[in-house]
Amino acid sequence: MSTKRNFIDLQRHLKDRTRGAFSAAHTLLPYWHRVTHQWQLESAAEMIHSLFLINHTGDIFLEKHWKSVISRGVCDYFLEVKEKAVEPENVPPVLQTPHHYLISIYRDKLFFLSVIQTEVPPLFVIEFLHRVADTFQDYFGECSESIIKDNVVTVYELLEEMLDNGFPLATESNILKEMIKPPTILRSVVNTLTVLLFFPGSSNVGDKLPTGQLSNIPWRRAAVKYTNNEAYFDVIEEIDAILDKSGMTVFAEIQGVIEACTRLSGMPDLTLSFMNPRLLDDVSFHPCVRFKRWESERVLSFIPPDGNFTLMTYHVSSQNLVAIPVYVKQNISFFETGSCGRLDITIGPKQTMGKMVEGLMVTVHMPKAVLSVNLTASQGNYTYDLATKVLVWDIGKLNPQKPPNLRGTLSVQSGAPRPEENPALDIKLKIQQLAISGLKVNRLDMYGEKYKPFKGVKYMTKAGKFQVRT
Amino acid sequence: MTDSKYFTTTKKGEIFELKAELNSDKKEKKKEAVKKVIASMTVGKDVSALFPDVVNCMQTDNLELKKLVYLYLMNYAKSQPDMAIMAVNTFVKDCEDPNPLIRALAVRTMGCIRVDKITEYLCEPLRKCLKDEDPYVRKTAAVCVAKLHDINAQLVEDQGFLDTLKDLISDSNPMVVANAVAALSEIAESHPNSNLMDLNPQTINKLLTALNECTEWGQIFILDCLANYTPRDDRESQSICERVTPRLSHANSAVVLSAVKVLMKFMEMLPKDLDYYGTLLKKLAPPLVTLLSAEPELQYVALRNINLIVQRRPEILKHEMKVFFVKYNDPIYVKLEKLDIMIRLASQANIAQVLAELKEYATEVDVDFVRKAVRAIGRCAIKVEQSAERCVSTLLDLIQTKVNYVVQEAIVVIKDIFRKYPNKYESVIATLCENLDSLDEPEARAAMIWIVGEYAERIDNADELLESFLEGFHDESTQVQLQLLTAIVKLFLKKPTETQELVQQVLSLATQDSDNPDLRDRGYIYWRLLSTDPVAAKEVVLAEKPLISEETDLIEPTLLEELICHIGTLASVYHKPPSAFVEGSRGVQHKRLPGSAGSGESESPDAGSAGGVSEAPPAVIPSQGDLLGDLLNLDLTPPTATGPPPPSSGMQMGAMDLLGGGLDSLMGDESEPPHIPPRTHTPQSPQLPHQSPSPPDYSPTELGGDLGGSPAMGSGFGGPPAAMPASFSAPVSGGLDDLFDLGGGVGMPMGAYSPPKTIWLPAMKAKGLEILGTFARRAGVIQMEMTLTNKAMSVMSDFAIQFNRNSFGLAPAGPLQVLTPLSPNQSIEVALPLNTVGPIMKMEPLNNLQVAVKNNIDVFYFSCQYPISMLFVEDGTMDRQVFLATWKDIPNDNEAQFQIKDCHLNSDAASNKLQGSNIFTIAKRTVEGQDMLYQSIKLTNGIWVLAELKVQAGNPNFMVSLKCRAPEVSQCVFQSYEAVLKN
Repeated sequence: MSTKRNFIDLQRHLKDRTRGAFSAAHTLLPYWHRVTHQWQLESAAEMIHSLFLINHTGDIFLEKHWKSVISRGVCDYFLEVKEKAVEPENVPPVLQTPHHYLISIYRDKLFFLSVIQTEVPPLFVIEFLHRVADTFQDYFGECSESIIKDNVVTVYELLEEMLDNGFPLATESNILKEMIKPPTILRSVVNTLTVLLFFPGSSNVGDKLPTGQLSNIPWRRAAVKYTNNEAYFDVIEEIDAILDKSGMTVFAEIQGVIEACTRLSGMPDLTLSFMNPRLLDDVSFHPCVRFKRWESERVLSFIPPDGNFTLMTYHVSSQNLVAIPVYVKQNISFFETGSCGRLDITIGPKQTMGKMVEGLMVTVHMPKAVLSVNLTASQGNYTYDLATKVLVWDIGKLNPQKPPNLRGTLSVQSGAPRPEENPALDIKLKIQQLAISGLKVNRLDMYGEKYKPFKGVKYMTKAGKFQVRT
Repeated sequence: MTDSKYFTTTKKGEIFELKAELNSDKKEKKKEAVKKVIASMTVGKDVSALFPDVVNCMQTDNLELKKLVYLYLMNYAKSQPDMAIMAVNTFVKDCEDPNPLIRALAVRTMGCIRVDKITEYLCEPLRKCLKDEDPYVRKTAAVCVAKLHDINAQLVEDQGFLDTLKDLISDSNPMVVANAVAALSEIAESHPNSNLMDLNPQTINKLLTALNECTEWGQIFILDCLANYTPRDDRESQSICERVTPRLSHANSAVVLSAVKVLMKFMEMLPKDLDYYGTLLKKLAPPLVTLLSAEPELQYVALRNINLIVQRRPEILKHEMKVFFVKYNDPIYVKLEKLDIMIRLASQANIAQVLAELKEYATEVDVDFVRKAVRAIGRCAIKVEQSAERCVSTLLDLIQTKVNYVVQEAIVVIKDIFRKYPNKYESVIATLCENLDSLDEPEARAAMIWIVGEYAERIDNADELLESFLEGFHDESTQVQLQLLTAIVKLFLKKPTETQELVQQVLSLATQDSDNPDLRDRGYIYWRLLSTDPVAAKEVVLAEKPLISEETDLIEPTLLEELICHIGTLASVYHKPPSAFVEGSRGVQHKRLPGSAGSGESESPDAGSAGGVSEAPPAVIPSQGDLLGDLLNLDLTPPTATGPPPPSSGMQMGAMDLLGGGLDSLMGDESEPPHIPPRTHTPQSPQLPHQSPSPPDYSPTELGGDLGGSPAMGSGFGGPPAAMPASFSAPVSGGLDDLFDLGGGVGMPMGAYSPPKTIWLPAMKAKGLEILGTFARRAGVIQMEMTLTNKAMSVMSDFAIQFNRNSFGLAPAGPLQVLTPLSPNQSIEVALPLNTVGPIMKMEPLNNLQVAVKNNIDVFYFSCQYPISMLFVEDGTMDRQVFLATWKDIPNDNEAQFQIKDCHLNSDAASNKLQGSNIFTIAKRTVEGQDMLYQSIKLTNGIWVLAELKVQAGNPNFMVSLKCRAPEVSQCVFQSYEAVLKN
């Protein structure tokens, strides 16, 4: 398997997550304790007391306690709220019980529930929980109940390494992998140099101090060596937008991320510059980026970590004009009398900058009363899930000459009142070789090493939370 | 092969099998067995029985096996302390291992084993590790000091580890520095008064340097620590801000929010005309916006904090309205928060957009969200005057949808719009009346009734409408009953001829057939008003009401300031001060924003003088219950005091007294339009009348509005039915005679117990100054009431007072007000308001207070004991469910039982009396003639005390059982019970 292929696969899986998760693993984690909070419940000294993993039906299938054991009965408060919330997504992330706080995240159909006894910054906990989920994903390829159960000992070792006495210790993927090997099946799949170099023996646990742990550039290990030196950068942009009935933009903004894969020997010092850096409203960097140089010259100057990492994320706000690649004409209506309604959706190209729109997909959450649909798609296929009332129209590539159309009738439960709410359309799409904000990389230079690396930049635009109201 | 195989052992004999495998000779088998043990542990099975066998596996070169055993040890050592000792030797040996990873692992694990006996063996290895050549080991050891301190603080101090830690702040490695700071801060936390982490410009500089080099989590801790510092002047403040700003570009949202906290706090000190101030404001917006594109959980916390930020500095996000627009698939908790912020940001410039959005939301599926969206439209109308018309028409459109809950919400908010813009939108009343029948929620019914009453003269069939409600009067909720009563009285005053029958009907329903004291009180007052002086009645009931304020749900400013200092914490998520979370007597420090200071001035960071914002507790907003209490107490005392007057004339007299005299003063002074307390001000249960009537400090028109029964006020009346029922239980014959019953009822000694004054400082000991004093809690404010007498020959002046640190942080909330010099033989009464934000030190006894009083002659010291009951706060009513859970949860060791002898009260009277001192009865059970009262008390520092009071009819001895997480308060609380019940 070529390295490039590998890179693209990883990209895809990385990109499937939203921005906060991208921040996965920045640098090594020292051994931190809480610093400032002046007040607390009873005794001092830990941040995250316990972690419970709960599946979406409410079964607790793993628990880890960093201090004393807390009975899983504490989860009852959470499960009660979960029952009431109906949709698991709607469970509030911070809950108060008489003696604890429960802070949870919902990812991949699993709840990561942490028990807190003292005042801690909730974002701290939430970020950490996402980091745990990222790490599982990274180690096991997916983050599901079955895979966690299959690797329970590794999971336990990881949790112990990530948190000491309730405080983050090592959350950086590179560092963790030097201490705890990923499972063997995955090892053969990923087959990266790193793993082979570092885990020659049969043990699951590395016995050397991770090299990056205490250097000035903790994100990079020493003595990296490649025969082929390469550096790839993917500029990926997601459009978050709300369009109203008439197709006018109510709100639109762009979330961008630059994912990098660097396989460079020695200690390369890179400089990446943009044609138009002033486009960016807000930026967040990997710790390797020298912030001062960005402030003064608007260039990214950094010694990269080895392998895959998120170089920066950025935000182009609604104040700038955001190009909307497609137009959507739609009409979903229900008749006053009789038990039916009509649906008619057409999608066509708008501002595509001459590029092909692919992976086009429309999702509609129909009102509960809609029993079935009888539609014809001029292109692609549609499915209607009777249980969840979700209509999905998978279109594929957008043909600019013949805009795809989906139309037909909706049958409504007889006797039910005419649905009041208007279903919103959720659009997915992809455009290769285009950053819709217009951001362009100008050049990439390398200092500090003599060899000439292979350099590559790719652009991609996707729909993020792209909604059309009806 | 996967780890799931570890779960497949047969249930029976599982432990036995594992035992055999653990003792196997084969390394691989041992390792597999330990893995199985760990696997069982992860799913919550108890495998502690294998302790000795697992510990035996510890001596191994295999690092993985070693780690697994350590994992096991940390989980179970506490339950098997004797066995854990077996592991000590291996730990000590591992601390000498050539591999730094193993040294660090050993010292880390030892610190996690919270067994006293192990700690003494830990000291030597820890000392070595703190000086280890490898920084990885040093940083691990630094944290171990904090862990050890948590187990045995004395040991850590005796062994000199704290000094070693302080030295590590100057370590060459930034990670070690950062960890040392972290450990020190944590230790400092449990010693709020120690100077471990005293922040001065030098340490701040070290922290700022470490901030650049340490990891994301470390940055959060350092930023939170920085936020506690008070810069000396605006220049220092600016330089810290400049060095913190780059953190806003961090990918970790917790780092960003902690940086925002530091900037929001230090900004307060910057002059507003400084260029940098403007720059900083601009820099804050983009990172906050970016937080909103993160995962929903992160968004939620960010939104709760943004809600605080826009209240404090709306200019930061005023152009970012659109990012708060709701997406249909946002989780509901995100939607509701976004909506709230949209309203806060709404202004004339963006109102059109906002309204269009809100209208869109009002057609969504989620009922809660739709309701809130409708309410939001009403709030827009009140906030942005120019939009009111458009809002009203939007609301009318929504009413046309006939969706039941939409209609009801719309009516509730239209009522508020009427109150803000009277006589402007009444044309819509007809539309509203069409929907009368569909209203089934009390709030909507009450709102509609209020509208009908208020505009009775313009609604032709107002009497019919109100009459239709009257039919089911007794089935209505209190809120609706009160509104109906007021509305009909209004109607009567406006159209007296046709509605006499109706008003009589409602008055008799309210006064005779109802057992709700609030309703009866209001009924009687109206009745009396109408029968004595209809003109006055008109003036009172139809008084012009103050307009409702623009923002009804702003957080009270002092609380907001405190919350800004806690951005990013749980307090900021719950919008409650941190003290609301605290249990136990650990140090609670109220944080305040620093004031802006000129660059030349240097202010001492002392709480008393810093920045001027550290003014004691928030001014108490008089709650409606309070006003009512004052009114009744003030005006009804005379008749009761003069004994039962002859029925007929006395009745007349009383009536005059009740409202005649009051009215003059009520209507006489209109110069200061009162400020209506925000509807959702800090929850405060209505206070009981004071024992000694204080001067009527209520604002005149507010009373008018109050009696006029505006819905917002109705809630004030709707409070817990104080302590009236005792005298009301007698059958009421109706008519005005009953007013005297009422008077008698109110005349009962109520209010917080305050002991009589005692001599605190005899004249002999204080060069002629004598101080008598006592403590009292009045309207939620703790007061130290003193009589100062000058028994010397010369004039005394320049009085000042200070308290020593004490258990509950009592401190004077202002200077001692002795304005004129005290001449010989003169006495003066002084009431010194106190707050509870002072430094804390546990005293013996707990309620001991050491006081220093200074005058022009000398400084004098004395100590006194305050009744702990004055620390009982007004919101000490615990939810029953929570009570039950808490009672069960507090260990029985913490329960204390006391007997109160010779108390001749029945349980109701006792409960009333105790309630006067903020001891709230939340449930009552009668078992075999014995009344059990379950009561809750909350102290100013957030400690809850739960009590069970047993009262047996005819037995003057009460039993009280107290349960509290801080059992040391029980004795004091019991004393208060005794004092309150016997006085």
